[in-house]
Amino acid sequence: MAEQIKRPRLAVFKFASCDGCQLSVLSLEEDLLMLNERVKIAFFPEASSRMLDGPYDVALIEGSVSTPEQIHHLAAIREQCDTLITIGACATSGGLQALRNFADHDAFVQAVYPHPEYIRSLSTSTPISEHVAVDYELWGCPIDKDQLRKVLSDLLAGVVPRIPGVSVCQECKRRQKVCVLVTKGEPCLGPVTRTGCGAICPSMGRACYGCFGPAEPSYPARREHANTEALSRRFRETLHLSAHEAAHRFRFIHSYVSPFKEAGEETGEGET
Amino acid sequence: MTTRNIEVDLMARVEGEGALEVVVDKGEVKDVRLKIFEAPRFFEAFLKGRHYSEVPDIVARICGICPVAYQMSAVHAIESAFGMEVSETVRKLRRLLYCGEWIESHSLHVYMLHAPDFLGLDSGLELARSEPEILRRGLRLKKVGDRILTVLGGRAVHPVSVCIGGFTRLPQTNELRSLLDELHWAREAAKETLAWVAGFEMPDLSPGYTFAALSGNVYPMNEGAITVSRDGTAHDMSCASDGFEGHFKERQAPYSTAMQCLLDEKPYLVGPMARLNLNAASLRPVVREALAEAGVELPLVNPYHAIIARSAEVLQAVDEAIELIEDYEGLGTGPGEPYRPVTPKESVGTAVTEAPRGMLYHRYALDADGRVVEANIVPPTSQNQARMEADLWQMIPSILSLSDEALAAACERVIRCYDPCISCATHFLRLKRVAA
Repeated sequence: MAEQIKRPRLAVFKFASCDGCQLSVLSLEEDLLMLNERVKIAFFPEASSRMLDGPYDVALIEGSVSTPEQIHHLAAIREQCDTLITIGACATSGGLQALRNFADHDAFVQAVYPHPEYIRSLSTSTPISEHVAVDYELWGCPIDKDQLRKVLSDLLAGVVPRIPGVSVCQECKRRQKVCVLVTKGEPCLGPVTRTGCGAICPSMGRACYGCFGPAEPSYPARREHANTEALSRRFRETLHLSAHEAAHRFRFIHSYVSPFKEAGEETGEGET
Repeated sequence: MTTRNIEVDLMARVEGEGALEVVVDKGEVKDVRLKIFEAPRFFEAFLKGRHYSEVPDIVARICGICPVAYQMSAVHAIESAFGMEVSETVRKLRRLLYCGEWIESHSLHVYMLHAPDFLGLDSGLELARSEPEILRRGLRLKKVGDRILTVLGGRAVHPVSVCIGGFTRLPQTNELRSLLDELHWAREAAKETLAWVAGFEMPDLSPGYTFAALSGNVYPMNEGAITVSRDGTAHDMSCASDGFEGHFKERQAPYSTAMQCLLDEKPYLVGPMARLNLNAASLRPVVREALAEAGVELPLVNPYHAIIARSAEVLQAVDEAIELIEDYEGLGTGPGEPYRPVTPKESVGTAVTEAPRGMLYHRYALDADGRVVEANIVPPTSQNQARMEADLWQMIPSILSLSDEALAAACERVIRCYDPCISCATHFLRLKRVAA
């Protein structure tokens, strides 16, 4: 590459999150070194003390919006970046902490910290896309670093990234795993969950818990919903889960995104 | 101007978001505030009502860097509540899983976050220019930890196989054996790492720590008694995990979204230095030799030496991982049952395990169906937070001649010695419901 070609500037921002998805950037190993050569890592506080101002060509955003300040911060970031990519469940759907969005409002009004006056927090945890336009979404709790690698290399090559939206069952079958739902009779979310993890839960002898969010079979044509209703009925009628137990399967890592949101409605009183 | 306000708006190379504010008036330190503004996530609130089987997947999400620690403290606390024990195979595999996390988390901190401070760099990635082989060694060491986690748990971040009573699946002997070549490389790399960091020039600072860590017959991860020492060697106090809340009390500072924890009203230190000092007797021979060769003597009392302690623990974890895998091969008849059946009951259970950053306390109250009634979690960074501020109070008077910028950088360096995980520390503001 000729010296004078300007390297794209990459920024990594954090909102309410566990850090696991930005850690995936640092876990790219050899590819991290290559990435570091091909882009200028302009803003990545977790990795570098040198924090350069925008504009940025690509911004990766981890975490959900859960404080008033974050709404303003996000708007400023959107203005500063060309391509905005959410990384992980929190940024893409509100994440596990979006469970608070369903809490009985009175319970939270009554909720008291030792000193609640010190805390400023919104009553909801919301995805980045609820506040600003998002160009690409990487699902997963955590994201799959190979998907991240591919999206970044596609962008660098000038190719439009495509993030697969089909159900993880396809991957599970390719890996020749015994079906957790049909054969083992466990409440597996695989049929309605987006692929990307490599079907690790069935491989580890357990039911999928939906950490890659709802499958979108016709992606990128948006939001053709996975059939959570049929799966929920199967949990109740064939596997004999209570309505509450079936709903809790959906009201978990991605509780705030359709159609998991609707499938999670039937919880007991006062449950979060 | 006699009053100086020194501020670091966003600390770099720490996990999570925190700021620092120091006020100096007429040559005297007036205020030191480690301000954690990371958004709270209310884990303890939404754990309520969830089934015990969901707890390991929930608490893992508190921290993407040490999810295993959260899973371990949770399963031990809930197993203790239900009065159950796990098989010896499971006990050993949990140690192996923890070894993976220590290797991964410590290597990341040593190479990518902390070493740059001693080398005058802004980031570990800058080593790519000056010393690419060293950077490669660090990334490869981290990967060894990630691989252990992946074989046992399916992936390195938020592994999926940990459950109450054991694992959802036990590994095949050949899967574990496939890690050995890389682990043998890692043992040498860990020795080189220790020698490398022991050679760094480090400022003098000995704040007079009270150390707290688990201690017992084996180097602590999942087991041991809570032990406190004021000189790093003699044990002043020892108690089981159910005594934790009696001694260690949390308080909330007005400027922070994280709780601070004190021992008898005073700051104390948890983490690799505390563990190493209190467990010198159970260090593996290879670690003792490497420390001696590097000219390191215990106890370590200077916060900057934490990078040495962390590197020593990488070697400890690599060496133990090799032994655990070789023992597993020796089982011959196969690993046996992955998990034991669970009988929930109305109960309360506590546990402390050693997260990479120090003691991690969990308490769960459960109902007869095994649903969480109440949860209390005290992460290591909350415990170290008061200690970080105390270090700064002590250090700043000796460096007042520095410019504001240099002084701020020096303060940030002290904080970084702790490998603070702000994401962890923030999520524990407890919601207490007041009965109407």
